[in-house]
Order: sequence, then C-alpha cells, then structure tokens
Amino acid sequence: MNESRYSQSELEEKLDDILCAALSSRRSAAAVAAGIAPLSRAQQEFVLDWAQVAAQNAAELGYQFSAQAPQALTLFGRSGAEKWLLRALDAYDKEGLYPACAALKDLNGFKRASDAAGEGVALAEVKRVLELFLLGLAGRRLQLEAAEDTWTDTETIFLPVRIAHYPERARNFRLYKAIAVHHWAQARYGTFNLDLPAVLAGYAAPERALAWLNLLEAIRLENQSGRAFPGFSALFAGLRPALSASLAAAREQLSCAGASIADSVRLLREHYPLALPEPFPYMGSLRPERAAEVRGERIAKERRALYTELTQLRLAAQAERRDPQTGEPDLDVESSFETLDFELQIDGEAVAPPEEVARLMRSIIQDFGEIPEEYLLASGPGAYAADSLPEEESGGSGETRASGGRLYDEWDFRRRDYRKDWCVLFESEVPQGDAAYVAAVRARYAGQITQLRRRFEALRGEDRLMRRQQEGDDIDFDAVVEAYAERKSGIEPSERLFVQRRRSDRNIAVMFMVDMSGSTKGWINACEREALVLLCEALEALGDRYAIYGFSGWTRKRCEIYRIKTFGESYGDAVRCRIAGVEPRDYTRMGVAIRHLTGILNEVDAKTRILFTLSDGKPDDFHDGYRGDYGIEDTRQALIEARQSGIHPFCVTIDEEARDYLPHMYGPASWVLIDDAGQLPLKTAEVYRRLTS
Amino acid sequence: MNDLHDTRRLNADVDRIETEPYYEPVGAEVALFEAAWASRVPVLLKGPTGCGKTRFVEHMAWRLARPLVTVSCHDDLTASDLVGRYLIVDSETVWVDGPLARAVRSGSLCYLDEIVEARKDTTVVIHPLADSRRILPMEKRGELLRAPDEFMLILSYNPGYQSVLKELKHSTRQRFVAIEFDYPRADLEARIVVAETGIDGSMAERLVKFAAMTRNLKGSGLDEGASTRLLVHAAQLMQRGVAPRDACAAAISLALSDDPEMLAAIDELASAVF
Repeated sequence: MNESRYSQSELEEKLDDILCAALSSRRSAAAVAAGIAPLSRAQQEFVLDWAQVAAQNAAELGYQFSAQAPQALTLFGRSGAEKWLLRALDAYDKEGLYPACAALKDLNGFKRASDAAGEGVALAEVKRVLELFLLGLAGRRLQLEAAEDTWTDTETIFLPVRIAHYPERARNFRLYKAIAVHHWAQARYGTFNLDLPAVLAGYAAPERALAWLNLLEAIRLENQSGRAFPGFSALFAGLRPALSASLAAAREQLSCAGASIADSVRLLREHYPLALPEPFPYMGSLRPERAAEVRGERIAKERRALYTELTQLRLAAQAERRDPQTGEPDLDVESSFETLDFELQIDGEAVAPPEEVARLMRSIIQDFGEIPEEYLLASGPGAYAADSLPEEESGGSGETRASGGRLYDEWDFRRRDYRKDWCVLFESEVPQGDAAYVAAVRARYAGQITQLRRRFEALRGEDRLMRRQQEGDDIDFDAVVEAYAERKSGIEPSERLFVQRRRSDRNIAVMFMVDMSGSTKGWINACEREALVLLCEALEALGDRYAIYGFSGWTRKRCEIYRIKTFGESYGDAVRCRIAGVEPRDYTRMGVAIRHLTGILNEVDAKTRILFTLSDGKPDDFHDGYRGDYGIEDTRQALIEARQSGIHPFCVTIDEEARDYLPHMYGPASWVLIDDAGQLPLKTAEVYRRLTS
Repeated sequence: MNDLHDTRRLNADVDRIETEPYYEPVGAEVALFEAAWASRVPVLLKGPTGCGKTRFVEHMAWRLARPLVTVSCHDDLTASDLVGRYLIVDSETVWVDGPLARAVRSGSLCYLDEIVEARKDTTVVIHPLADSRRILPMEKRGELLRAPDEFMLILSYNPGYQSVLKELKHSTRQRFVAIEFDYPRADLEARIVVAETGIDGSMAERLVKFAAMTRNLKGSGLDEGASTRLLVHAAQLMQRGVAPRDACAAAISLALSDDPEMLAAIDELASAVF
C-alpha cells in the first residue's frame, strides 16, 4: 500500500502545528515544507516524527532539523540522519541550544566523522578498557578525557575524541593505546621530575626546544618502558617512522638503564640546532607548567596522607612495645624505582603495610624515584597527637557530595535512547517527626498487629524435617521399621531411611520505595505512614532484611531520595521518628528513584531482592515533559533495568486509573490496586506476605 | 580436590603426608604455627584465595609429622557432617565418625577451609574444641571426645569477601591465633612459580609482573587479582607449549572476570609483558 505523499500545503499545516513556537512573521513553515514535499511519504513521516521529538526539546531544534532534513537524508540515509539528530540532541542536553543548532547545521562535519566511523575508533568506545589497562599498569588512577590537544598533566591524559588515522580499526585502537602508554610513561619515568620551564628558558626559541625535548623524551620513554614491558617496544616501533642517524645515536644513550629526563635535557643541547623531524603519531605536546602544578598538588596531598597513615602505624607499633619509654619507633623503607616494590621496616622488622599505605608509597616512588627520607620522619616529639594531624583531604568524591548529587541517565522513549547524566539526585534523611506517633498507631492497630505478627512468624524460616531421604542427619525409624518388615516378607525394602533437617532460608531483602509526592497530601499520606508502621512490625517478626526510602523531586535537577530506614539500621526510635516525619513534598519522578534504589538494593547479599513501591499515581514531574508517556516509559525502562539486575519489582497503588498504565510498567502480575486508601495499612502487609510465601 | 568429598566418604582414612610439600616461607609463619601447635592453640589463616594457605597447612602437617584432615566448607555443611552420624548396615544402626571426630581421635591436624561458607551451627562444635576445653561433644552418641595434645584445629578465611553474611563472628575469631597471608613478594613469587612448574626464571618474572598489574585492578571491577595459584596454572600451560598470551587468557584472565571490557584490558596488560 503505497500511500501518496503529503502535498506541500498539507505539510505546511502540520509543520505549523509542530514548530509554531519557532515561527514568526518573518519565518514561515512554507520554505521548509517545500523542501520536504518532494520526499517519499515514508521519508516525510520520518521527518515529521523526528521534528516533533526535536521540537519537544526546543522548537528551534525542530525547525533546524526539518529545514536540513532533506539534505541529511540524501547524505546519510535514514539511520544516519537519525544519528545526526541524536548527536545534536545530546549537544542540547549538555551544552544548550546554540551548540545543538550548530551541530545540526554542520552536515559536512558529521559526514566526515561518519565516513571515518566505519574503521575509526571513538574514545567513548575504548575509554573504559584503556582506563582499566592504565590502572593495572600504573597502580594509580589515570583519567582519560577527550580534548583537541593531546597531552597529560600526570593525572589526566587528554586524547582525541576519535581516531581514524588508519583504514583498520585494530590499528586505530593501537594508536589510542600507544598515546595512553606514552603519556603514562611521562609520569612513570619522570619527564616532569625536573624544572623544565627553567631548562627551556635557556634557549632562544623555547618552543623549538620544547618540541625537541618532547621528541627525545619519546625515544627515552619508548626504551625505558620497553625494558620493563617488551610489548611496548613493539607497539611504539610499529607506529613511528624509522629513526634518523642522529636520533638513533641519541637512542643509544637514552636506552641504558636509569636514563632520566636529565639525559634528555643534556642531549637537547646538541640536537636543538638540527632540523626538527616530524613528531611520532602517538606524541602529544608537553605542557610542563600544568604538569608541574598537578604533580605538585599530588605530592603535597600524598605527603600529608602518608604522614597520617604512618603516624597510625607508629602509634600501633609503640602500643605493642613492652617499654613505651624507648622513644619513637624507627621507620625505614627500601624501594626500587624499577619495580615499584618496597619494604617497610619498623624498628628493623619488616611489616606488611596496609593497602592504602602501599598505594601511596608506590605513587610517591613514581614521582621521586624513591621515598624521600624526610617523609618517614615524625616531625618532632608530640607530633603524634591526633589534633596536630593535618586536615583530611577533601577529595573529588567529597566535593561532588557537598555540591549535591549523583547523576543518572534517563530514558527518552522518543529517541529510543538514554539522555546521559540527565537527572541530579540528592539523598538525605527524612527529618524526625513526632516521637509518639508510632506508639499511637501501634495502640490503634494493636489487635491487627498481633495477628499480623503471628501470620508472619509462620513464614519464618524454620527447620523442616524431610522424611524418607536417601541420606540425612538422622535415622527415620518409621522407615527403618517398615523396611525391616518388608525385607522379612521378601519385598525389596526402600533405601530411603533418613530424615534430613532442611532450613528453609528465606534470605530476602526488600526495599520499600514510598511515594512522597505532593499528591499524597492528607489522608493518603496518613495511610502510607500507618502502612509503614504495620510493615515494620510484621517484618520484624519475619526477620527479612528491609529498607525504607521515600522519593520525590522537582524537575530533573532536583530529584530527591529520603532515607527512612537503611538496610543496616534496626527498627528503633530514630526510624520510628522518621516514619512519623514522612511528609508530602513535590513531584513523582520515578525512573531516577528506581535506578538509585536498585543500586542500593543490589549491594545487599540476598537470594531474593524485592523492590516494593507504595504509590498513589503515575509518574509525574513539573515542567520538563516528564508527565504522561515520557514518565511512564522512563519508569518502565528503569524497572526493566532493575529486573535485569535480578530484582523483583512490585507496586501497590491506590490510583484508580492504575489499570491503564501499571500492567505496562510493571508487567501483568507485579502490582496490586487497593481501592480504598483506608485499607492500605493492613492490605500492604498482607500483599507482602503473599508475595513472599 | 579429594578434600571436597571427604565428608561424603565418611570412612576414608586420615591423610598422611609422606613427602615434603613444597612451601616457600614468607615471614615467620612456620615458627608461629609450630609455637601455636606446641601450645595447643588453634590457628586462623587469613588471606586471599590462591596465596598458599592450603599448601602451608600441608607443609606444616608434614613438618609436625601429623596426619591431616581437610574439609572444604560449603553452604550445606552442617555440624553433623563434621561430627558424624548413624548409618544403617544390615538392619543395625552403626555410628560413623565425621572428619572432625576422626581428626580428634587420631590426633591429626584438622583444616576447615573457607569456614565462613559453612552453616552457622558448625560453631557449636568448633567453639568447645577451640578454647581451653578442647573437647568435641557428640550429642547423638552421648559421647564427649577429649582432644589429645597433638590435635590442632585450623580455619581459613578470606577477608576479601565484601559480604555481610560472610563475616567471621568475633566469638569464633577470638579463639584463634591469626596468621595473615598475602601474595608473596615479587622475587619470592617468581621463585615459587619456577619451583612449581620448572618454567624459566624470566618467564616467571613476567608472569609475576602481569599478576601485580591485575592486582592493581582489585576493587575497580575485579574482586581479586591473579593469585599465585593462577600463575602456576598459566606456567604449567606454557610448559606444555601453549603460547604465553593464550596461557594467560585461559588460566588467568578468564578466571578473573566475565566482563568483556575488563577482559580486553587484562589482555592488553598481558600484551605489555609478553
């Protein structure tokens, strides 16, 4: 069935609807419609559909997309055009409207990139492998980041976002690896262990001197790393041109054991006047100032950290001594720059240092070639006192925690792709409420609670005696008597003569995820809180591990998770007060909450993990388009992810319309609708009991 | 691996070690163990998998000329698996000692490997044996076995498991003298690989270097780095003519992870040394 294509005026009408916000008296949809009119019906539909998706992000994007779409379709085909738009939408998420429009207009740039994409390798594809590889190699973390220039500050290596130098993919990957290894080697073999700016200042053209130094270092590093790792010699040699006679002579000097940056600096003097050869493909640029800065910061930080660790070791050693009066324990370290091995001695006896100390020491040896003597000194008597210890470094993770939350992807069903790092999630504790609240609820439900507890106790993992087993802990005397009788009467007796004690380990961990959105205000919130009290009472009787978290939020930039009870916490006064403090807040952005709580639940070691949601309606959020299908689809996706990680999601709701969307979100048998909020407290516990028996 | 089935073969004899099992001491562990044995104090061996705990126990059993009973604990191992049970033979009930009871009677060393894996009720029989009482109550028989001086209880335990369920209770661990194991120093580890497999020294050094790099990845996607045992496996394959990179992949990388990106990274590390 070949549907006829839309006419230009039909298209104009549709585009007017989709793009209205981007149109004006000076810009009508007519020109765009004229561009789309000659396309086939299927292509027209494609453009209209995606224009709608783009316009939902920003009308201007929809306009730019539909204006460029005909050309994009001829250039890239349909799937290519889809990628072209998704790239722009990513740019919109990350950088905003103008870069996104620029990405849409840059058809040629995209074409070049996608032509190369066949054999090229993107950093994003290999980043994790290379980072793990470097971590294994260095024993300390080296970040990889995409950048225009290739260089390293000794903690981050900046590399091209994509490499398509060679026709073969494998060779492009090798080049990435060589860049990574070369820049790792700069930190490992001490390129920045000299004051390079001072060295360069002695030359008329410091730039030229730097370029020469970079080249000489490349030769030195190739040989130094190749001594320890034969694989690297082959890697580098395979990617660079053959060395000229003068460079080959330099290599002689730079390849002996222990050749350092000082040797390169010495050779720089004689090579400086010579014509500068092409740099090797894996070389970046040297930025000695930046590297020195980062190296200096790291050295200071690690010195403080090591000092703290060693002080603890000293204290421990002193405490073990019989006679504490004999002065400070004496620390000594022997280390090898070649292998990064070291031996720590306290009072002449070798000790195995804690992992953290070992890591710091290896890192320090890389920066200095050894552990400097002064690092081991306790700075005078009295320096052990805890209050004189340097302040704890506030590391990177601490900072993100302070400034807020964790980033989570969100599923955009229209794009059929995730929006990367789209939601910012903050976790905090529910403020404590009225301490008498739980006691009051318990008094009100006293009769029901006794019943609940009894029913839940019956579920407890008790020992079960399995009779007539082939083997077991004890003899099943009934079976033995029977077998004896059978044998006397000539029948072949059964061999199942034992009883086995089998513990039915429940081993369940359940995460209760409680809707704290504004719509629960009043009656529903009161019922939710009561439901939580009854659940806790019942679960205490049952012995399942459980945690309770509330969720709410206000747009993707402020998704909130409220701790009510963690897995490790017991059901004590603090938890009771927090249950009393559960209050309606803002909106219901469910996907991100599920992703976060799934992560927490997956850290618990249990045979069965349940994510149990108490909610009053469908996912919803303010402003940024979460309401409706988008929110439902994102929630569904988050639940699919949870299920894939081995969690059983389940939902109890009181939304009468839930039948319309819950089966789609949770699947057929994973939800329960309770008509009357007043029944929530008792029903919820009952539902949980059935779910787990 | 015969120890795996020890609990099933209830009549199996205790294991006498005739020839010296190869063991390379790392620190003072041999002297510590001997002192503990002489003082009749049980020992707890802590350390990651494959670093030589079991071999050490075998070596010590040989050194002290005591038989060795090894039980590999698993999550279905109960107290009666250790103590013993009644069986029916010719319409009669016959009591059969479990491995722990056999070890006590024969004054052997009893090695309970990976004790945290066993059922919690095993502590009931371990505790009275592990303190100054040194008795094994055999409830079903109404018998109280008193351990002879030569008997010694040894537990092993891997503190690397990050599971709350697999922690050793304080009431148990505080009954034992603890000896900590870790992977040996690089030169020592290379010597061990050479001694176990006969591979040449430079290859053993490379294997050890490779292992150290995988250990750097612990906690960043790997639960454990390559153990000495895995190095020995790889070296054995190489001795039989398997190419080094293939041997590393088969004996080490694939044993450490299933994550394709992690495997790719480990393979790149192997390519750096081989």
